[in-house]
Amino acid sequence: MSENSTAETKSGLSRRRLVKGLGATLGVTAFGAALSPLFGGPKVSADELMQRHYKELSPEDKKKVLERLQAEAKKSYGADVEIGDHRPTPNTKFVYAINLSICNGNGNCVEACHRENNHDRASKESYIRVLEMPKGTMDMEKGSTTYTGTVPAKDKFYLPVQCQQCDEPPCVDVCPVQATWKEQDGIVVVDYNWCIGCRYCMAACPYHARRFNWQKPDVPTLEINKKQSYLSNRIRPQGVVEKCHFCLHRTREGRLPACLEACPTGARVFGNILAPKSNIRWILENKRVYVLKEELGTKPSFFYFFDK
Amino acid sequence: MARAERSISCDWLRLPVALVVLLMGLPLTGCEQDTEVLVAPAPPPPGTATGVRILPVPGVPRIEAGPPDVHGARATVACSTCHSMKEPVASQRSGATLASFHQGLEVSHASLTCLSCHNEKNYDTLRLADGRSIAYEQVQELCAQCHGTQARNYEHGAHGGMSGYWDTTRGEQVRNQCTHCHDPHDPKFPHMRPKFKARDRFLVPMNTGSAGAKGEVARSGEGR
Repeated sequence: MSENSTAETKSGLSRRRLVKGLGATLGVTAFGAALSPLFGGPKVSADELMQRHYKELSPEDKKKVLERLQAEAKKSYGADVEIGDHRPTPNTKFVYAINLSICNGNGNCVEACHRENNHDRASKESYIRVLEMPKGTMDMEKGSTTYTGTVPAKDKFYLPVQCQQCDEPPCVDVCPVQATWKEQDGIVVVDYNWCIGCRYCMAACPYHARRFNWQKPDVPTLEINKKQSYLSNRIRPQGVVEKCHFCLHRTREGRLPACLEACPTGARVFGNILAPKSNIRWILENKRVYVLKEELGTKPSFFYFFDK
Repeated sequence: MARAERSISCDWLRLPVALVVLLMGLPLTGCEQDTEVLVAPAPPPPGTATGVRILPVPGVPRIEAGPPDVHGARATVACSTCHSMKEPVASQRSGATLASFHQGLEVSHASLTCLSCHNEKNYDTLRLADGRSIAYEQVQELCAQCHGTQARNYEHGAHGGMSGYWDTTRGEQVRNQCTHCHDPHDPKFPHMRPKFKARDRFLVPMNTGSAGAKGEVARSGEGR
């Protein structure tokens, strides 16, 4: 009997068995590694996975979605955020205008956007890009954002560019899943939970107005703007596209956008073009206004003008 | 490259899910958005301030009369304290040439003299071009005599900063006056230094392509 067991032990250590065992272990490990992306990375709950398109959500669905998103924000960021669902106001079409005779390129609007919209702190993202432009052209491709020193510099003017909320938005046309669309008050919005991150819209936008969340946004708890809305400044998931939404969580409540309030020069004008006595209407009727890349036929809701 | 990998790890589920939904024969064309009934906003709760509130400007100024006393209180005098006894000098353009008071006051405002705006008959008021006196609080009317374009723009919200509500039926809009942003003695808007630079993948020099935001800011800080 003892001879028998010794023989088995010996055969257990045979080269053939060892190689087979090692091979099997390697195979299982490789299989596990191949499947690991399914278990690592961002956790997607069943509710999130099955969530329908924003426009198909019933009021009860929306309530559940907003509650889930608030709970997620609490879990991931430790903040008690309030995510609303701001809808357009009837007889409202938002239009923005910037007085380029006044804008001096100080960039306070860029920072205000960064903070208001819970942008990733590490990448210093913002929906606004202020271009330093040589005088004599309105071609934004000739501008540069990397200017330094005091502003305004001699022989330059400054052109803040953000989403132009086009009436013929090329970004909306190219979206393969209709995750972005234009609403009744003119604001082009994104359903961040429907976006598949293909970035076609970024390629289509002639104003370079869209941004991509390469990483899960990093925002310190205390700096989170808790007043949020589903289609605007709630903290976006990783891997989706975002854009300026005219601060719809403010403007649909009648308030001014954050970039306008932050402007120390008073160059920015915002309002409802359908109101005959509005500031914005007066500008369009009395100033010589410009739009960017007019030849593309995008019909921006964003205008620029000079005093002289 | 690391960034692209991260985005893929995030999107592994979204694409198949989107495809499944599309294949379910539920394209979103012509969906409810077009027929959505919009509800007018609720009227503001009672007691909410609405309309436009223009921030007040300081009234009659007081002039520093010397160092603070032992308790730190500023020693100031009213304009009329001295000017009721002094002869006005019509040609005076700056404080620099005066023997006492106002020496630090540099004036850089076209060809204006002191008495273009200050009222020699009552130094506690200002003077319009036609000789009428006007209170310090109404300084905008004085400015508007020459700066008509700006005054008209201001009237239509196209000049001067504001905050609060664009829809003044729902809340209060707060506005500045001329002298909140412009020093009347040196009205040119001051130069500023941008303190925040967003990361920008466009328009950065090619050789710094993937440098992080910190690098860019550090470089911009070294600029001048």
